[in-house]
Amino acid sequence: MSRRQAGPPGEPRRIAYVYIAPALLVFGLFFLTPLVHAVWLSLYEWDGLSVGRWVGLDNYRLVLTDDALREPFLHALTLIVFFSIIPCALGLALASMITRSAVRGVNFFRTVLFLPQVVALVVVAVAWRQIFAPDGPLNDFLRTVGLGDVARGWLGDERYALICIGVVGIWVCTGLCVVLFLAGLSKVPRELYEAARLDGAGPIREFITISVPAVRGELAVALTLTLVAAMRTFDLVYVMTSGGPGTSSRVPAYEVWDRAINKGQVGVGVTIALVLTAFILLCTVLINRLSESADS
Amino acid sequence: MTSRFERITTYALLIAASAFALYPMGLILFSALQPDSVGGTGAFHFDNFQTAWRVGHFGRYMANSILVAVVVVVVSAILSSLAGYAFGTMKFRGSSALFYLLLLGLMVPSEAIVIPLYYDLRGMGLTDTYVALILPQIAQSLAFGVFWMRQYFRSVPSEIVEAARMDGAGHGRVLWSILLPMGRPAIITMVLLVLMWTWNEFLLPLVMLPTNEGLRTAPLGLSFFKGQYTEGTSLLAAGAVLVALPIVVFYIFAQRHFIRGMLEGSVKG
Repeated sequence: MSRRQAGPPGEPRRIAYVYIAPALLVFGLFFLTPLVHAVWLSLYEWDGLSVGRWVGLDNYRLVLTDDALREPFLHALTLIVFFSIIPCALGLALASMITRSAVRGVNFFRTVLFLPQVVALVVVAVAWRQIFAPDGPLNDFLRTVGLGDVARGWLGDERYALICIGVVGIWVCTGLCVVLFLAGLSKVPRELYEAARLDGAGPIREFITISVPAVRGELAVALTLTLVAAMRTFDLVYVMTSGGPGTSSRVPAYEVWDRAINKGQVGVGVTIALVLTAFILLCTVLINRLSESADS
Repeated sequence: MTSRFERITTYALLIAASAFALYPMGLILFSALQPDSVGGTGAFHFDNFQTAWRVGHFGRYMANSILVAVVVVVVSAILSSLAGYAFGTMKFRGSSALFYLLLLGLMVPSEAIVIPLYYDLRGMGLTDTYVALILPQIAQSLAFGVFWMRQYFRSVPSEIVEAARMDGAGHGRVLWSILLPMGRPAIITMVLLVLMWTWNEFLLPLVMLPTNEGLRTAPLGLSFFKGQYTEGTSLLAAGAVLVALPIVVFYIFAQRHFIRGMLEGSVKG
Protein backbone atom coordinates (compact mmCIF):
# COMPACT_ATOMS: atom_id res chain seq x y z
CA MET A 1 0.00 0.00 0.00
CA SER A 2 1.47 3.27 -1.03
CA ARG A 3 -1.29 5.47 0.35
CA ARG A 4 -0.27 7.78 3.11
CA GLN A 5 -3.25 7.87 5.38
CA ALA A 6 -5.37 5.08 6.75
CA GLY A 7 -9.03 5.64 7.41
CA PRO A 8 -11.67 6.53 4.89
CA PRO A 9 -10.83 6.04 1.24
CA GLY A 10 -10.11 9.05 -0.91
CA GLU A 11 -7.74 11.93 -0.67
CA PRO A 12 -7.70 15.38 0.85
CA ARG A 13 -9.17 17.59 -1.82
CA ARG A 14 -10.81 20.91 -2.24
CA ILE A 15 -13.25 19.17 -4.57
CA ALA A 16 -15.15 18.09 -1.44
CA TYR A 17 -16.59 21.59 -1.14
CA VAL A 18 -18.11 21.30 -4.60
CA TYR A 19 -19.95 18.14 -3.55
CA ILE A 20 -21.18 19.68 -0.33
CA ALA A 21 -22.12 23.12 -1.66
CA PRO A 22 -25.60 22.36 -3.11
CA ALA A 23 -26.81 20.62 0.06
CA LEU A 24 -25.38 23.32 2.31
CA LEU A 25 -26.89 26.06 0.19
CA VAL A 26 -30.44 24.70 0.40
CA PHE A 27 -30.03 23.78 4.05
CA GLY A 28 -28.55 27.17 4.87
CA LEU A 29 -31.29 29.12 3.11
CA PHE A 30 -34.30 27.09 4.19
CA PHE A 31 -33.28 25.79 7.59
CA LEU A 32 -30.43 27.73 9.20
CA THR A 33 -31.56 31.18 8.09
CA PRO A 34 -35.11 30.75 9.45
CA LEU A 35 -33.65 29.33 12.65
CA VAL A 36 -31.55 32.46 13.18
CA HIS A 37 -34.52 34.56 12.13
CA ALA A 38 -36.61 32.76 14.76
CA VAL A 39 -34.24 33.83 17.52
CA TRP A 40 -34.40 37.40 16.19
CA LEU A 41 -38.22 37.39 15.99
CA SER A 42 -38.51 36.08 19.54
CA LEU A 43 -37.08 39.39 20.77
CA TYR A 44 -39.88 41.40 19.20
CA GLU A 45 -43.54 42.01 19.65
CA TRP A 46 -44.81 41.73 16.10
CA ASP A 47 -48.24 41.17 14.57
CA GLY A 48 -46.84 40.01 11.23
CA LEU A 49 -47.84 43.16 9.38
CA SER A 50 -46.75 46.43 10.94
CA VAL A 51 -43.36 47.38 12.37
CA GLY A 52 -42.27 45.20 15.26
CA ARG A 53 -41.40 46.50 18.72
CA TRP A 54 -38.21 45.37 20.46
CA VAL A 55 -39.11 43.73 23.78
CA GLY A 56 -35.87 41.95 24.65
CA LEU A 57 -36.49 38.81 26.67
CA ASP A 58 -40.08 39.68 27.58
CA ASN A 59 -41.53 36.96 25.36
CA TYR A 60 -39.43 34.36 27.15
CA ARG A 61 -40.51 35.68 30.52
CA LEU A 62 -44.12 35.50 29.35
CA VAL A 63 -43.82 31.92 28.10
CA LEU A 64 -42.29 30.78 31.37
CA THR A 65 -44.67 32.63 33.71
CA ASP A 66 -48.04 33.14 32.00
CA ASP A 67 -50.49 30.44 33.05
CA ALA A 68 -52.21 30.34 29.66
CA LEU A 69 -48.84 29.75 28.02
CA ARG A 70 -47.62 27.24 30.58
CA GLU A 71 -50.71 25.09 30.28
CA PRO A 72 -49.81 23.69 26.83
CA PHE A 73 -46.41 22.63 28.19
CA LEU A 74 -48.10 20.81 31.07
CA HIS A 75 -50.29 19.06 28.52
CA ALA A 76 -47.15 18.08 26.61
CA LEU A 77 -45.78 16.51 29.79
CA THR A 78 -49.02 14.52 30.13
CA LEU A 79 -48.67 13.37 26.55
CA ILE A 80 -45.13 12.12 27.27
CA VAL A 81 -46.66 9.54 29.60
CA PHE A 82 -48.90 8.30 26.78
CA PHE A 83 -46.55 8.63 23.81
CA SER A 84 -43.35 7.63 25.52
CA ILE A 85 -43.54 5.90 28.88
CA ILE A 86 -46.50 3.60 28.29
CA PRO A 87 -45.37 2.54 24.76
CA CYS A 88 -41.83 1.87 26.00
CA ALA A 89 -43.15 -0.28 28.85
CA LEU A 90 -45.59 -2.14 26.60
CA GLY A 91 -42.93 -2.49 23.93
CA LEU A 92 -40.41 -3.92 26.36
CA ALA A 93 -42.94 -6.42 27.70
CA LEU A 94 -44.10 -7.53 24.26
CA ALA A 95 -40.62 -7.72 22.76
CA SER A 96 -39.23 -9.76 25.63
CA MET A 97 -42.20 -12.13 25.54
CA ILE A 98 -41.76 -12.59 21.79
CA THR A 99 -38.06 -13.31 22.23
CA ARG A 100 -38.54 -15.62 25.20
CA SER A 101 -41.12 -17.80 23.52
CA ALA A 102 -39.30 -17.74 20.17
CA VAL A 103 -42.59 -16.78 18.51
CA ARG A 104 -43.18 -17.90 14.95
CA GLY A 105 -44.14 -15.28 12.39
CA VAL A 106 -42.19 -12.54 14.17
CA ASN A 107 -41.85 -10.79 10.85
CA PHE A 108 -45.62 -10.66 10.38
CA PHE A 109 -46.28 -9.26 13.85
CA ARG A 110 -43.46 -6.76 13.47
CA THR A 111 -44.86 -5.51 10.17
CA VAL A 112 -48.40 -5.17 11.54
CA LEU A 113 -47.38 -3.51 14.80
CA PHE A 114 -45.17 -1.00 13.00
CA LEU A 115 -47.89 -0.01 10.52
CA PRO A 116 -49.31 2.89 12.62
CA GLN A 117 -45.96 4.67 12.23
CA VAL A 118 -46.43 4.81 8.47
CA VAL A 119 -49.90 6.29 8.10
CA ALA A 120 -50.27 10.08 7.98
CA LEU A 121 -51.34 11.42 11.38
CA VAL A 122 -54.18 13.32 9.71
CA VAL A 123 -55.62 9.98 8.61
CA VAL A 124 -54.99 8.52 12.07
CA ALA A 125 -56.84 11.47 13.57
CA VAL A 126 -59.83 10.99 11.25
CA ALA A 127 -60.04 7.31 12.18
CA TRP A 128 -59.82 7.93 15.92
CA ARG A 129 -62.29 10.82 15.83
CA GLN A 130 -64.77 8.32 14.55
CA ILE A 131 -63.93 5.86 17.33
CA PHE A 132 -64.43 8.50 20.02
CA ALA A 133 -67.58 10.01 18.45
CA PRO A 134 -70.82 10.09 20.52
CA ASP A 135 -72.31 7.36 18.29
CA GLY A 136 -68.93 5.75 17.64
CA PRO A 137 -67.66 2.22 18.28
CA LEU A 138 -66.24 3.00 21.73
CA ASN A 139 -69.64 4.10 23.07
CA ASP A 140 -71.38 1.23 21.26
CA PHE A 141 -69.04 -1.14 23.04
CA LEU A 142 -69.63 0.47 26.44
CA ARG A 143 -73.41 0.23 25.97
CA THR A 144 -73.13 -3.42 24.94
CA VAL A 145 -71.24 -4.37 28.08
CA GLY A 146 -73.71 -2.45 30.25
CA LEU A 147 -71.58 0.63 30.88
CA GLY A 148 -73.89 2.92 28.95
CA ASP A 149 -73.68 5.53 31.72
CA VAL A 150 -70.00 6.05 30.97
CA ALA A 151 -70.63 6.70 27.27
CA ARG A 152 -70.15 10.29 26.17
CA GLY A 153 -68.78 12.49 23.41
CA TRP A 154 -65.21 11.79 24.45
CA LEU A 155 -63.52 14.54 22.45
CA GLY A 156 -66.08 17.09 23.57
CA ASP A 157 -65.40 16.48 27.25
CA GLU A 158 -62.80 18.72 28.90
CA ARG A 159 -61.66 15.94 31.19
CA TYR A 160 -61.05 13.41 28.47
CA ALA A 161 -60.00 15.21 25.25
CA LEU A 162 -56.29 15.21 26.07
CA ILE A 163 -56.39 11.63 27.33
CA CYS A 164 -58.04 10.57 24.06
CA ILE A 165 -55.13 12.09 22.16
CA GLY A 166 -52.84 10.22 24.53
CA VAL A 167 -54.54 6.93 23.70
CA VAL A 168 -53.86 7.60 20.03
CA GLY A 169 -50.24 8.21 21.04
CA ILE A 170 -50.07 4.75 22.59
CA TRP A 171 -51.47 3.37 19.36
CA VAL A 172 -48.92 5.20 17.20
CA CYS A 173 -45.78 4.65 19.28
CA THR A 174 -46.02 1.15 20.74
CA GLY A 175 -45.13 -0.68 17.53
CA LEU A 176 -42.04 1.44 17.02
CA CYS A 177 -40.87 0.52 20.53
CA VAL A 178 -41.53 -3.20 19.94
CA VAL A 179 -39.50 -3.14 16.73
CA LEU A 180 -36.59 -1.31 18.35
CA PHE A 181 -36.51 -3.63 21.38
CA LEU A 182 -36.80 -6.76 19.24
CA ALA A 183 -33.68 -5.62 17.41
CA GLY A 184 -31.87 -5.08 20.69
CA LEU A 185 -32.92 -8.43 22.15
CA SER A 186 -31.95 -10.33 19.01
CA LYS A 187 -28.32 -9.52 19.82
CA VAL A 188 -28.45 -11.33 23.15
CA PRO A 189 -26.91 -14.82 22.90
CA ARG A 190 -29.54 -17.45 23.71
CA GLU A 191 -27.05 -19.21 25.98
CA LEU A 192 -27.33 -16.30 28.36
CA TYR A 193 -31.04 -16.97 28.88
CA GLU A 194 -30.44 -20.69 29.21
CA ALA A 195 -27.72 -20.12 31.78
CA ALA A 196 -30.02 -17.82 33.73
CA ARG A 197 -32.77 -20.42 33.67
CA LEU A 198 -30.40 -23.10 34.92
CA ASP A 199 -29.61 -20.80 37.80
CA GLY A 200 -33.32 -20.74 38.54
CA ALA A 201 -34.16 -17.25 37.29
CA GLY A 202 -37.86 -16.68 36.62
CA PRO A 203 -39.24 -14.55 33.77
CA ILE A 204 -39.20 -11.35 35.84
CA ARG A 205 -35.67 -11.86 37.06
CA GLU A 206 -34.52 -12.76 33.60
CA PHE A 207 -36.24 -9.65 32.24
CA ILE A 208 -34.52 -7.33 34.69
CA THR A 209 -31.06 -8.86 34.67
CA ILE A 210 -30.68 -9.73 30.97
CA SER A 211 -33.30 -8.12 28.73
CA VAL A 212 -33.37 -4.59 30.10
CA PRO A 213 -29.58 -4.11 30.13
CA ALA A 214 -29.39 -5.60 26.63
CA VAL A 215 -31.74 -3.02 25.14
CA ARG A 216 -30.37 0.00 26.97
CA GLY A 217 -29.22 1.62 23.73
CA GLU A 218 -32.52 0.95 21.98
CA LEU A 219 -34.37 2.22 25.03
CA ALA A 220 -32.54 5.52 24.73
CA VAL A 221 -33.48 5.75 21.05
CA ALA A 222 -37.12 4.77 21.72
CA LEU A 223 -37.43 7.30 24.55
CA THR A 224 -35.91 10.05 22.42
CA LEU A 225 -38.09 9.40 19.37
CA THR A 226 -41.34 9.04 21.29
CA LEU A 227 -40.61 12.01 23.54
CA VAL A 228 -40.00 14.20 20.53
CA ALA A 229 -43.20 12.87 18.95
CA ALA A 230 -45.14 13.70 22.13
CA MET A 231 -43.83 17.23 22.33
CA ARG A 232 -44.32 17.94 18.64
CA THR A 233 -47.91 16.68 18.45
CA PHE A 234 -49.78 18.98 16.12
CA ASP A 235 -51.71 17.09 13.44
CA LEU A 236 -53.64 14.97 15.95
CA VAL A 237 -54.71 17.96 18.01
CA TYR A 238 -55.50 20.09 14.95
CA VAL A 239 -57.82 17.49 13.44
CA MET A 240 -59.24 15.83 16.56
CA THR A 241 -59.97 18.70 18.96
CA SER A 242 -58.52 22.01 17.68
CA GLY A 243 -57.09 22.38 21.17
CA GLY A 244 -60.50 22.23 22.81
CA PRO A 245 -62.91 21.97 24.39
CA GLY A 246 -61.86 25.26 25.97
CA THR A 247 -58.11 25.03 26.26
CA SER A 248 -58.09 21.46 27.56
CA SER A 249 -56.07 19.92 24.75
CA ARG A 250 -53.88 22.80 23.61
CA VAL A 251 -50.28 21.69 23.16
CA PRO A 252 -47.14 23.77 22.42
CA ALA A 253 -46.99 23.06 18.66
CA TYR A 254 -50.65 24.00 18.31
CA GLU A 255 -50.07 27.15 20.38
CA VAL A 256 -47.14 28.13 18.11
CA TRP A 257 -49.30 27.92 15.01
CA ASP A 258 -52.35 29.57 16.60
CA ARG A 259 -50.44 32.51 18.08
CA ALA A 260 -48.12 33.20 15.15
CA ILE A 261 -50.55 32.66 12.27
CA ASN A 262 -54.04 33.28 13.65
CA LYS A 263 -53.64 35.68 16.53
CA GLY A 264 -50.89 37.90 15.15
CA GLN A 265 -48.56 37.26 18.10
CA VAL A 266 -45.56 36.22 16.05
CA GLY A 267 -42.96 36.95 18.73
CA VAL A 268 -44.77 34.89 21.36
CA GLY A 269 -45.42 32.04 18.91
CA VAL A 270 -41.80 31.82 17.84
CA THR A 271 -40.65 31.99 21.46
CA ILE A 272 -42.85 29.02 22.36
CA ALA A 273 -41.27 27.12 19.47
CA LEU A 274 -37.76 27.96 20.66
CA VAL A 275 -38.51 27.01 24.26
CA LEU A 276 -39.95 23.75 22.94
CA THR A 277 -36.78 23.21 20.93
CA ALA A 278 -34.58 23.86 23.96
CA PHE A 279 -36.67 21.40 25.95
CA ILE A 280 -36.34 18.74 23.25
CA LEU A 281 -32.56 19.24 23.02
CA LEU A 282 -32.26 19.05 26.81
CA CYS A 283 -34.24 15.81 26.96
CA THR A 284 -32.23 14.28 24.12
CA VAL A 285 -28.94 15.10 25.81
CA LEU A 286 -30.19 13.86 29.20
CA ILE A 287 -31.45 10.55 27.82
CA ASN A 288 -28.19 9.92 26.00
CA ARG A 289 -26.12 10.87 29.05
CA LEU A 290 -28.13 8.49 31.21
CA SER A 291 -27.82 5.60 28.80
CA GLU A 292 -24.09 6.17 28.41
CA SER A 293 -23.36 6.52 32.11
CA ALA A 294 -25.33 3.33 32.77
CA ASP A 295 -23.05 1.64 30.24
CA SER A 296 -19.82 2.27 32.07
CA MET B 1 -38.18 -23.87 26.42
CA THR B 2 -40.97 -21.84 27.88
CA SER B 3 -44.10 -23.39 29.27
CA ARG B 4 -47.15 -24.06 27.13
CA PHE B 5 -49.17 -21.61 29.16
CA GLU B 6 -46.62 -18.89 28.62
CA ARG B 7 -46.50 -19.48 24.87
CA ILE B 8 -50.27 -19.32 24.56
CA THR B 9 -50.39 -16.13 26.60
CA THR B 10 -47.70 -14.61 24.39
CA TYR B 11 -49.59 -15.39 21.20
CA ALA B 12 -52.84 -14.16 22.69
CA LEU B 13 -51.26 -10.84 23.67
CA LEU B 14 -49.56 -10.48 20.29
CA ILE B 15 -52.80 -11.09 18.46
CA ALA B 16 -54.58 -8.59 20.72
CA ALA B 17 -51.87 -6.00 20.08
CA SER B 18 -52.05 -6.60 16.32
CA ALA B 19 -55.83 -6.23 16.39
CA PHE B 20 -55.41 -2.95 18.28
CA ALA B 21 -52.92 -1.78 15.63
CA LEU B 22 -55.16 -2.75 12.72
CA TYR B 23 -58.59 -1.85 14.09
CA PRO B 24 -58.66 1.91 13.35
CA MET B 25 -57.48 1.28 9.80
CA GLY B 26 -60.01 -1.47 9.27
CA LEU B 27 -62.70 0.79 10.66
CA ILE B 28 -61.87 3.64 8.28
CA LEU B 29 -61.80 1.27 5.31
CA PHE B 30 -65.13 -0.20 6.39
CA SER B 31 -66.74 3.24 6.80
CA ALA B 32 -65.47 4.27 3.39
CA LEU B 33 -67.55 1.48 1.88
CA GLN B 34 -70.77 2.36 3.69
CA PRO B 35 -73.62 4.20 1.94
CA ASP B 36 -73.07 7.93 2.31
CA SER B 37 -76.65 8.93 3.06
CA VAL B 38 -78.74 7.41 5.82
CA GLY B 39 -81.27 5.69 3.56
CA GLY B 40 -78.63 4.19 1.27
CA THR B 41 -78.67 0.52 0.45
CA GLY B 42 -76.31 -2.04 -0.98
CA ALA B 43 -73.25 -3.77 0.39
CA PHE B 44 -70.09 -1.97 -0.64
CA HIS B 45 -70.07 1.52 -2.03
CA PHE B 46 -66.90 1.90 -4.02
CA ASP B 47 -68.49 4.98 -5.58
CA ASN B 48 -67.60 6.85 -2.36
CA PHE B 49 -64.03 6.94 -3.59
CA GLN B 50 -65.12 8.46 -6.89
CA THR B 51 -67.30 11.01 -5.12
CA ALA B 52 -64.52 11.96 -2.69
CA TRP B 53 -62.07 12.16 -5.57
CA ARG B 54 -64.37 14.57 -7.41
CA VAL B 55 -66.25 16.50 -4.68
CA GLY B 56 -63.32 16.63 -2.27
CA HIS B 57 -60.86 17.50 -5.06
CA PHE B 58 -58.68 14.59 -3.99
CA GLY B 59 -57.57 14.09 -7.58
CA ARG B 60 -56.04 17.54 -7.47
CA TYR B 61 -54.56 17.12 -3.99
CA MET B 62 -53.02 13.74 -4.78
CA ALA B 63 -51.44 15.19 -7.93
CA ASN B 64 -49.93 18.01 -5.83
CA SER B 65 -48.65 15.53 -3.27
CA ILE B 66 -47.10 13.34 -5.96
CA LEU B 67 -45.38 16.30 -7.60
CA VAL B 68 -44.03 17.60 -4.28
CA ALA B 69 -42.95 14.14 -3.11
CA VAL B 70 -41.17 13.28 -6.37
CA VAL B 71 -39.25 16.56 -6.55
CA VAL B 72 -38.34 16.47 -2.84
CA VAL B 73 -37.22 12.84 -2.97
CA VAL B 74 -35.20 13.17 -6.17
CA VAL B 75 -33.48 16.44 -5.28
CA SER B 76 -32.75 15.51 -1.67
CA ALA B 77 -31.45 12.07 -2.71
CA ILE B 78 -29.04 13.67 -5.20
CA LEU B 79 -27.86 16.40 -2.83
CA SER B 80 -27.54 13.94 0.08
CA SER B 81 -25.52 11.51 -2.03
CA LEU B 82 -23.14 14.22 -3.22
CA ALA B 83 -22.61 15.68 0.25
CA GLY B 84 -22.52 12.26 1.94
CA TYR B 85 -19.81 11.19 -0.52
CA ALA B 86 -17.61 14.13 0.41
CA PHE B 87 -18.22 13.74 4.16
CA GLY B 88 -17.76 9.99 4.04
CA THR B 89 -14.69 9.61 1.83
CA MET B 90 -12.74 12.88 1.67
CA LYS B 91 -10.63 14.80 4.12
CA PHE B 92 -10.99 18.55 4.08
CA ARG B 93 -10.83 21.50 6.42
CA GLY B 94 -13.96 22.15 8.42
CA SER B 95 -15.57 18.84 7.56
CA SER B 96 -16.70 18.03 11.08
CA ALA B 97 -17.92 21.58 11.77
CA LEU B 98 -20.00 21.56 8.59
CA PHE B 99 -21.32 18.11 9.38
CA TYR B 100 -22.45 19.14 12.86
CA LEU B 101 -24.13 22.18 11.34
CA LEU B 102 -26.18 19.84 9.15
CA LEU B 103 -26.94 17.57 12.11
CA LEU B 104 -28.70 20.53 13.70
CA GLY B 105 -31.45 19.78 11.21
CA LEU B 106 -32.03 16.41 12.89
CA MET B 107 -32.37 17.89 16.33
CA VAL B 108 -34.25 21.14 15.81
CA PRO B 109 -37.95 20.44 15.20
CA SER B 110 -39.47 22.10 12.16
CA GLU B 111 -41.92 23.92 14.45
CA ALA B 112 -39.07 26.28 15.29
CA ILE B 113 -38.38 27.33 11.71
CA VAL B 114 -41.74 27.16 9.99
CA ILE B 115 -43.04 30.53 11.25
CA PRO B 116 -40.00 32.68 10.29
CA LEU B 117 -39.86 30.75 7.03
CA TYR B 118 -43.44 31.72 6.32
CA TYR B 119 -42.73 35.42 6.82
CA ASP B 120 -39.46 35.22 4.85
CA LEU B 121 -41.19 33.58 1.90
CA ARG B 122 -44.18 35.87 2.13
CA GLY B 123 -41.80 38.81 1.88
CA MET B 124 -40.47 37.36 -1.36
CA GLY B 125 -43.96 36.64 -2.67
CA LEU B 126 -43.30 32.89 -2.59
CA THR B 127 -46.01 31.68 -0.22
CA ASP B 128 -48.85 29.85 -1.99
CA THR B 129 -46.37 28.44 -4.52
CA TYR B 130 -44.79 25.04 -5.08
CA VAL B 131 -41.43 26.57 -4.14
CA ALA B 132 -42.70 27.16 -0.59
CA LEU B 133 -43.86 23.55 -0.35
CA ILE B 134 -40.79 21.95 -1.88
CA LEU B 135 -37.60 23.77 -0.87
CA PRO B 136 -38.18 23.82 2.92
CA GLN B 137 -39.10 20.14 2.75
CA ILE B 138 -35.85 19.37 0.91
CA ALA B 139 -33.91 21.32 3.53
CA GLN B 140 -35.59 19.28 6.29
CA SER B 141 -34.79 16.01 4.54
CA LEU B 142 -31.14 16.86 3.94
CA ALA B 143 -30.01 16.52 7.53
CA PHE B 144 -31.16 12.92 7.62
CA GLY B 145 -30.12 12.22 4.03
CA VAL B 146 -26.55 13.45 4.41
CA PHE B 147 -26.17 11.67 7.73
CA TRP B 148 -27.50 8.44 6.21
CA MET B 149 -25.38 8.56 3.04
CA ARG B 150 -22.25 9.50 4.99
CA GLN B 151 -22.73 6.34 7.06
CA TYR B 152 -23.00 4.31 3.88
CA PHE B 153 -19.92 5.83 2.21
CA ARG B 154 -17.87 5.31 5.36
CA SER B 155 -18.89 1.66 5.45
CA VAL B 156 -17.45 0.96 2.00
CA PRO B 157 -14.09 -0.83 2.27
CA SER B 158 -11.36 1.59 1.20
CA GLU B 159 -9.72 -1.09 -1.00
CA ILE B 160 -12.58 -0.86 -3.49
CA VAL B 161 -12.13 2.85 -3.97
CA GLU B 162 -8.35 2.59 -4.07
CA ALA B 163 -8.47 -0.12 -6.72
CA ALA B 164 -10.70 2.08 -8.87
CA ARG B 165 -8.34 4.99 -8.41
CA MET B 166 -5.35 2.87 -9.47
CA ASP B 167 -7.29 2.14 -12.64
CA GLY B 168 -7.47 5.86 -13.20
CA ALA B 169 -11.05 6.60 -12.14
CA GLY B 170 -11.66 10.16 -10.93
CA HIS B 171 -13.80 11.06 -7.93
CA GLY B 172 -16.89 11.61 -10.05
CA ARG B 173 -16.53 8.24 -11.71
CA VAL B 174 -15.88 6.44 -8.42
CA LEU B 175 -19.13 7.87 -7.08
CA TRP B 176 -21.26 7.33 -10.17
CA SER B 177 -19.99 3.97 -11.45
CA ILE B 178 -19.00 2.18 -8.27
CA LEU B 179 -20.32 3.56 -5.00
CA LEU B 180 -23.85 4.54 -6.01
CA PRO B 181 -24.68 1.21 -7.73
CA MET B 182 -23.27 -0.65 -4.71
CA GLY B 183 -25.27 1.51 -2.35
CA ARG B 184 -28.66 0.75 -3.81
CA PRO B 185 -30.08 -0.74 -0.55
CA ALA B 186 -29.02 2.33 1.45
CA ILE B 187 -30.45 4.65 -1.19
CA ILE B 188 -33.76 2.77 -1.42
CA THR B 189 -34.19 2.97 2.35
CA MET B 190 -33.47 6.69 2.39
CA VAL B 191 -35.82 7.34 -0.52
CA LEU B 192 -38.66 5.45 1.19
CA LEU B 193 -38.26 7.30 4.49
CA VAL B 194 -38.04 10.73 2.85
CA LEU B 195 -41.03 9.84 0.68
CA MET B 196 -43.03 8.85 3.75
CA TRP B 197 -42.12 11.99 5.70
CA THR B 198 -42.86 14.22 2.73
CA TRP B 199 -46.18 12.59 1.89
CA ASN B 200 -47.35 12.73 5.52
CA GLU B 201 -46.12 16.28 6.24
CA PHE B 202 -48.89 18.49 7.50
CA LEU B 203 -47.70 21.63 9.31
CA LEU B 204 -45.56 22.94 6.45
CA PRO B 205 -48.28 22.91 3.75
CA LEU B 206 -50.80 24.24 6.28
CA VAL B 207 -48.63 27.28 6.97
CA MET B 208 -47.21 27.80 3.48
CA LEU B 209 -50.55 27.85 1.66
CA PRO B 210 -52.60 30.55 3.39
CA THR B 211 -54.95 31.14 0.48
CA ASN B 212 -54.12 28.96 -2.52
CA GLU B 213 -56.48 26.00 -2.19
CA GLY B 214 -55.38 24.63 -5.54
CA LEU B 215 -51.95 23.67 -4.22
CA ARG B 216 -53.13 21.74 -1.16
CA THR B 217 -51.42 18.41 -0.57
CA ALA B 218 -53.44 15.29 0.20
CA PRO B 219 -53.21 15.38 4.04
CA LEU B 220 -54.00 19.09 4.06
CA GLY B 221 -56.93 18.56 1.70
CA LEU B 222 -58.24 15.86 4.03
CA SER B 223 -58.19 18.17 7.04
CA PHE B 224 -60.27 20.77 5.17
CA PHE B 225 -62.58 18.10 3.78
CA LYS B 226 -63.27 17.21 7.39
CA GLY B 227 -64.53 20.70 8.06
CA GLN B 228 -66.82 20.76 5.03
CA TYR B 229 -68.37 17.32 5.23
CA THR B 230 -68.98 16.59 8.87
CA GLU B 231 -72.22 14.83 7.86
CA GLY B 232 -70.89 12.33 5.38
CA THR B 233 -68.63 10.09 7.45
CA SER B 234 -68.16 7.66 4.62
CA LEU B 235 -66.92 10.31 2.19
CA LEU B 236 -64.46 11.57 4.77
CA ALA B 237 -63.32 7.99 5.38
CA ALA B 238 -62.95 7.45 1.64
CA GLY B 239 -60.73 10.53 1.48
CA ALA B 240 -58.66 9.25 4.40
CA VAL B 241 -58.18 5.90 2.67
CA LEU B 242 -57.04 7.68 -0.50
CA VAL B 243 -54.46 9.71 1.45
CA ALA B 244 -53.11 6.70 3.35
CA LEU B 245 -53.15 4.14 0.57
CA PRO B 246 -50.02 5.03 -1.43
CA ILE B 247 -47.70 4.87 1.59
CA VAL B 248 -49.35 1.78 3.05
CA VAL B 249 -48.92 -0.05 -0.26
CA PHE B 250 -45.27 1.04 -0.41
CA TYR B 251 -44.84 -0.07 3.18
CA ILE B 252 -46.28 -3.53 2.62
CA PHE B 253 -43.98 -4.15 -0.32
CA ALA B 254 -40.89 -2.65 1.25
CA GLN B 255 -41.44 -3.14 4.98
CA ARG B 256 -37.93 -4.50 5.47
CA HIS B 257 -36.45 -1.28 4.14
CA PHE B 258 -38.79 0.88 6.21
CA ILE B 259 -38.05 -0.99 9.43
CA ARG B 260 -34.33 -1.18 8.75
CA GLY B 261 -34.31 2.54 8.10
CA MET B 262 -36.09 3.30 11.34
CA LEU B 263 -33.70 1.04 13.23
CA GLU B 264 -30.46 2.32 11.77
CA GLY B 265 -31.29 5.93 11.17
CA SER B 266 -33.45 6.29 14.20
CA VAL B 267 -32.40 9.81 14.92
CA LYS B 268 -35.25 11.62 13.25
CA GLY B 269 -38.77 11.53 14.65
